[in-house]
Amino acid sequence: MNTASDYLEMTVPAKPDFVGVVRLTISGIANRMGFAFDEIEDIKIAVSEACTNVVNHAYSDAELGQIRIGCNLHDDRLEVTVVDQGKSFDYNKVTENLGPVDGKPVEQLTEGGLGLFLIETLMDKVEISGEAGVMVMMTKYLHRDEVEENVDRTSPASSQ
Amino acid sequence: MNLQINHHTIEQTHSLKLAGEVDAYTAPKLKEVLVPLTEKEGQEIIIDLSGIEYMDSTGLGIFVGALKSTKANNSSMKLRGMTERVRRIFEITGLTEVMDIENEVKGEAK
Repeated sequence: MNTASDYLEMTVPAKPDFVGVVRLTISGIANRMGFAFDEIEDIKIAVSEACTNVVNHAYSDAELGQIRIGCNLHDDRLEVTVVDQGKSFDYNKVTENLGPVDGKPVEQLTEGGLGLFLIETLMDKVEISGEAGVMVMMTKYLHRDEVEENVDRTSPASSQ
Repeated sequence: MNLQINHHTIEQTHSLKLAGEVDAYTAPKLKEVLVPLTEKEGQEIIIDLSGIEYMDSTGLGIFVGALKSTKANNSSMKLRGMTERVRRIFEITGLTEVMDIENEVKGEAK
């Protein structure tokens, strides 16, 4: 990347049909930035989860809501924000029950609620705010020194 | 971005082979096929996930629902052939503890 930070934004209808489209785009961006395969997969899941939450919870059926996805491409990290203009929610209340299944009996398992947990686990930093609508901002850091990069500098990797 | 479901039934044993992606868009299709099978008594459901390229919590949710339903109806559900990626999200969420999962030992060495 030439500049300190490139910014991309897209807006898609809050429908399940477009979650995969967002995922493909994010995958392309992360790939472009030089993330490793597993990291790209993590980012894909986290962003899809945030979009799926908007699709499922933000708007009532009658509303035609939208999902706004902003990507900030920094030298050392990718920041993705997923924003809706729907109902906000009580973050503390939602995160109270967040976590892995942890030996709960099958009857007590719930079918939802794993999405936010996955976002927090798969990304390096996650911030959620919910004043008017919900904004999820998640960050994944690039670990450039661990992978070979075709950057314009001499690689000290084999100097030892 | 789609999901293919192959479904074979021999007596009480149902084999589902999935390929593609399980997300918010394709999940209803999986649910439509899987849920009715779990609601019958004494069935064995075997799901081959080796062709799944992507799955998120929407897919996990369906399997959790299906597991509960099979238990309530004296049936069973087994998940087979997960790729490393898919297995990882089952592990992170702790679902490997409650589900009947059997995967070929592949790339286990690392």
